[in-house]
Amino acid sequence: MADLDMASSALNDGGTWRFPASEPLRLDSGGVIEGLEVAYQTYGQLNADRSNAVLICHALTMDQYVASAHPTTGKPGWWPRLVGPGKPLDPARHFIICSNVIGGCMGSTGPASINPATGKPWALSFPVITIADMVRAQAMLVRALGVETLFAVVGGSMGGMQVQQWAVDYPERLASAVIIASASRHSAQNIAFHEVGRQAIMADPDWRGGAYADHGTRPEKGLAVARMAAHITYLSEPALQRKFGRELQRDGLSWGFDADFQVESYLRHQGASFVDRFDANSYLYITRAMDYFDIAAGHGGVLANAFTRARHMRFCVLSFTSDWLYPTPESRHIVRALTASGCRVAFVEIESDKGHDAFLLDEPVMDAALSGFLGSVERDRGPA
Amino acid sequence: MTTTREDFREILRLVRPGSRVLDVGCGEGALLDLLTHDKQVDGRGLEISAKGVAACMARGLSVVQGDADQDLDHFPDRTFDYAILSQTLQATRQPRHVLNELLRIADRAIVSFPNFGHWRVRWSLLSRGRMPETKALPMPWWSTPNIHLCTLVDFLALTDDLNVRVDACAAFAGTGPGRSINPSSPLENWRAESCLFMLSRATPASATTARELPPASGDLFDG
Repeated sequence: MADLDMASSALNDGGTWRFPASEPLRLDSGGVIEGLEVAYQTYGQLNADRSNAVLICHALTMDQYVASAHPTTGKPGWWPRLVGPGKPLDPARHFIICSNVIGGCMGSTGPASINPATGKPWALSFPVITIADMVRAQAMLVRALGVETLFAVVGGSMGGMQVQQWAVDYPERLASAVIIASASRHSAQNIAFHEVGRQAIMADPDWRGGAYADHGTRPEKGLAVARMAAHITYLSEPALQRKFGRELQRDGLSWGFDADFQVESYLRHQGASFVDRFDANSYLYITRAMDYFDIAAGHGGVLANAFTRARHMRFCVLSFTSDWLYPTPESRHIVRALTASGCRVAFVEIESDKGHDAFLLDEPVMDAALSGFLGSVERDRGPA
Repeated sequence: MTTTREDFREILRLVRPGSRVLDVGCGEGALLDLLTHDKQVDGRGLEISAKGVAACMARGLSVVQGDADQDLDHFPDRTFDYAILSQTLQATRQPRHVLNELLRIADRAIVSFPNFGHWRVRWSLLSRGRMPETKALPMPWWSTPNIHLCTLVDFLALTDDLNVRVDACAAFAGTGPGRSINPSSPLENWRAESCLFMLSRATPASATTARELPPASGDLFDG
């Protein structure tokens, strides 16, 4: 990690971009956010003809630190497989942009931000946002960074939802799109799991109707439970079994409710460390945005109709065999719609037992597919 | 694959440069690669095995994991100039449906398959009384993916039934190059180890002439 930071420090930049007062962000809900701020990181440099820009869209609990150390946890960037020297997206060749979604809690305006009208945190007075709202904010940021056309927009999970939304709303500004382990809409099961998480947060007495900041409390227990439940959906049963099985923490059972099993201890750790870096209200808002996501709904219920303006684009869709959160039929549904609308698409279901999280982990087949895809998009566009 | 398969050579000859091509059952993309580089086609592929698709994607080819039986239905009409089905028809569940779909989504279909009417196949069955294992059909009956084998004559009857025009036909035997043939000639059903057809939808006006084979237009096939 240190090496990467040393090597790329000159090429590593970022900041917070504030929407000009003349251009408030108009939301799908009908609301408006004035003075919206978007926190972002960039890696590499925009080339002379501005053709090497890539936008990476992050998943639910990720952030803009895709390839540099997280300021709170100190952990290295979250997508080292994809971004870095010699990787499919290389700061030496590409101008890589990643921004914190609106509603988030890593610098972009969200429910924990101060509402300028009241001088207090927005909390639940923050308007409900959608994936399209997040993308609208990104589109304005990208333009503000001097980029008219992105050579690729890439994302996994909720990031893949944003990628699809980009292809629907701003196809003229994209050459290609990479959608990994994602879906074109949230299923009943997806919504159900999110509801469990939200209820866990709201059941915590420290949540205080969302106004915990005013009371100097934090609903850490509720948020940790939400994370524990969600974390199970990111893994596969075989992966959990392989990693933990029925292994015990100590010799013998406690005959009580301590974390006897290693898997319990692991989940507790996941929950406890999550609350250090994530805001509970942000979790409510972002999961809501994902639940509301349904691209076809805005296009007469026919997904293919959503992509008719994207025929010039190239698409890469990837899924994983053991991902039961966004299983392969969801990706196939996207692929068939893209095919039906006349878009050029490549799709493969990658064999993996790592579950939904596979897209962040060591999957050489994914690396090769992405390198091949992005390389051929670059070749199609001519030398940068 | 180190050497170019003989039917690939014929396909390369048939396909117009710069056209839009779908290769159904494209494997690791060998043919698509050739067509893209030698004929500058806008090539896409459909392949059932994840390993094949991953190899194609690593080569930068636009290939979708799927199968001929189910995934052709999602392409709009006349998306392609050519739809290629190389040595795959006999492994599909519904060859008749697949053939129809190929000619819905493309102006021309190029289809090659092993000929079960070849003399070696007939001799093997007649003399040994067992399912033939030949160079064109090397696998035992219990492991072969070929579930719908047919003879050249069977295939010709199907094209007739579907009112499909045969634009060109080539036969292959041994390792030699393809030979342009008149598929209605009875001898060819004995001689061809495998064969390749280029097909198009017969318009009602030309339906009569289409049956009077061969129209094996010289510009498409020198023979």
